[in-house]
Amino acid sequence: MLWGSNARAAHPIFFHHLLKGIKNGARMWVIDPRRTASAKFADAWLGLSVGTDIALANGVARQIIHAGLVNEEFVEQATEGFEAFAAFVEPWTLEYTAEVTGVPAEAIADLAHGYAKAATAQLLWTLGITEHHTGVDNVLALSNLSLLTGHVGRWGSGLVPLRGQNNVQGGGDMGALPNKLPGFQDVDNDALRKKFEEAWGTTFTGQVGLNLTEMFEAMATRELRAVWVVGENPADSEADAKHARAMLEGLDVLVVQDVFMTRTAQLADVVFPAALGWAESDGTVTSSERRVQRTRAAISPPGQARQEIDIIADLAQRMGAADWGYPTAEELWDELRALSPMHGGMSWQRLADEGGLQWPCPDEDHPGSRFLHGRLWERPISGRRAPFSCVEHRPPIDALSEEFPLRLTTGRALDSFNTGVQTESFNSPIRSGEALELSASDALHLGVQAGDRVQVSSRRGSIQMTISIDATLQTGLAFTTYHFPELADINQLVSDAYDKKSGTAEFKATAIRVEKIAETTHA
Amino acid sequence: MNETPVNAPRPLVSCTIDGQEVRVPEGSTILDACTKEGIDTPTLCWAANLTPVNVCRVCVVEVEGSRILVPSCSRPVEENMVVATDSERVRTSRRMVYELLASSVEMDRSEPEVLAWMEHYGADPDRMGPVGERATVAQPVKVEDDLYVRDYERCILCYKCVEACGDDAQQTFAIATAGRGFDAHISTEFDKTLPDSACVYCGNCIGVCPTGALVFKTEHDMRQEGTWDQASQEVTTTVCSFCGVGCNLELHVQDDRIVKVTSPADHSVTSGHLCIKGRFGWQHAQP
Repeated sequence: MLWGSNARAAHPIFFHHLLKGIKNGARMWVIDPRRTASAKFADAWLGLSVGTDIALANGVARQIIHAGLVNEEFVEQATEGFEAFAAFVEPWTLEYTAEVTGVPAEAIADLAHGYAKAATAQLLWTLGITEHHTGVDNVLALSNLSLLTGHVGRWGSGLVPLRGQNNVQGGGDMGALPNKLPGFQDVDNDALRKKFEEAWGTTFTGQVGLNLTEMFEAMATRELRAVWVVGENPADSEADAKHARAMLEGLDVLVVQDVFMTRTAQLADVVFPAALGWAESDGTVTSSERRVQRTRAAISPPGQARQEIDIIADLAQRMGAADWGYPTAEELWDELRALSPMHGGMSWQRLADEGGLQWPCPDEDHPGSRFLHGRLWERPISGRRAPFSCVEHRPPIDALSEEFPLRLTTGRALDSFNTGVQTESFNSPIRSGEALELSASDALHLGVQAGDRVQVSSRRGSIQMTISIDATLQTGLAFTTYHFPELADINQLVSDAYDKKSGTAEFKATAIRVEKIAETTHA
Repeated sequence: MNETPVNAPRPLVSCTIDGQEVRVPEGSTILDACTKEGIDTPTLCWAANLTPVNVCRVCVVEVEGSRILVPSCSRPVEENMVVATDSERVRTSRRMVYELLASSVEMDRSEPEVLAWMEHYGADPDRMGPVGERATVAQPVKVEDDLYVRDYERCILCYKCVEACGDDAQQTFAIATAGRGFDAHISTEFDKTLPDSACVYCGNCIGVCPTGALVFKTEHDMRQEGTWDQASQEVTTTVCSFCGVGCNLELHVQDDRIVKVTSPADHSVTSGHLCIKGRFGWQHAQP
């Protein structure tokens, strides 16, 4: 099940593995408001309305229960809260689910039966699930399905969030989270913190920090007045971009460390030009499958750009730290291994020799872990039972109205990446540029054709875009990428409503209005 | 339940290769057995990350009891098979394949192993007629965008590009063979230009081309300028910076500049294949 993910375009080489599976007889369902490039390879495409993922998951769950396809042994031995969950999803009949999601009842039943009966099944998702104000609940709703069927914690079965960036997993692993130290060790756990304090010869607060969205709120209240941005371009990538830029401009001090003069860097008081991680630096990154792999410097950084380790070390010294010297990537890695048990067995040499290692890998004899949660299959299970979650369907915050009747959702194109900083420099023959994709029927209704310039407005802002027609889009749905903020500043339109549990903004569901701005002559 | 299941071990079959007894798992090809024995075998259309298509015939070996030579890349080993890899008949046949190919195709930019094998077998294309009088596939180079160059006077029709674009990896199916006999050639649909075709520019066809018919524009331009110097290039393995799949990249660097990007064929994530971003998105490293 590929749910809210267009891996064909966004994770092309991972999709090769899916294609191999399909060639070997695997079935694939794609659940996505758009009939994406990935959906073309699927046995079935379920084109749900934007923001109805929980409704669909609850409907699938009810069908699995009513069809007698629950993995009873697993539910009894490894989970908790099944009775309450079964009662909770009872209203989600096939008919009601079809009405709310727009997916035909037969397709929902087919998905439920196919998933529950499969010997092994993967449930894969990306930002189509998480970039909603119900992002965390969306994930919990999908987890319920894996618990009902026992499709978790076994070879070939599992829940797979596909990471969008080469080291977003590694950032978390290394403690770049408001509440964690490296190795996902809680910062507010005194014993764990003490271990780090002793190793580092210092003391630090156990107070949980702010996530990115909360930081912008703290900038608004002037609680947060100095910011050091490393390798991120929030002036372009944040939802409600105008507001975000105003916040960054209002800071007392903004320091940006980046390889490019991004829009954020242009707002900075101080810029630290940095070496490029993947081509100019030695280090590690962690992929979607928790595989730690080494990056290696192949070329020298240009001009005054310096290794990020050296920048941080120098800054620490200016801030009064004892002389850190300029440690190598390997020395820092060994320090991490000593402090983070799940990385303990990953020697620098093993990472090279074994093509990377998947955590947890606690000691040098451990082969690394190809999947997680195997404990759920131990009898009796070790540790905590996996709880079912009763999560309510809540439609997108940015509601459709007469004034804003179209639903805009966003995604990646095959040849571009995020705000375009890294991909604008190569001349791709398949680049689509900034376009607002409309269904043929909406285009007809609005009296616009491909190539027309239009004014696109939301409750927050208004920008000009060029129309393109995507015959596979459902009526009422519009789509665009966000790779060209200089040409079309999409995030001016996007709501900064966010999921309080994750801090992730609702990028995927904006209510818009489209108006033709000038008569365009067509040859 | 934390184990990863492994397939049941396959029974071993015995065969004799060049007088040596070899035991390999059932289903192994003669080429696999040769590789295991340390017997080098020339290949053109075979690659570790593609399904054999049996078109080049350069890997042929002699099997006792078989009327014709067999392609080692796809013939499975059978119990008690007796194989000769270096008989007069095998050497003649391999030499002929190289001579026929090289008489109509420019082979000078082929992988070093290809050129070494041609020398090894004493291939002499001029036996097929003097230069200028024999039929060739000479034609202008196709340069239709800033990423790819298709130089079909170097194409031996090994089908590797078709396999990589199609069933074996990318499943884009932008190219296939068109025409018949000597006119057979690799073509997009209706011979459209590449930017107008179904091509998504993953570059996996270039990655598998053994003769330099498909090259990156960077390499083509440097060869035209006379600055391409493969011997001075260093290859560094790193990890792609786009998305979280963890594709390994081999950066080919000459004079502190990236000139080409490939991926190791034995890497578990990529099997040697990349997407347009991994293959071409490096230019931000050196404006």
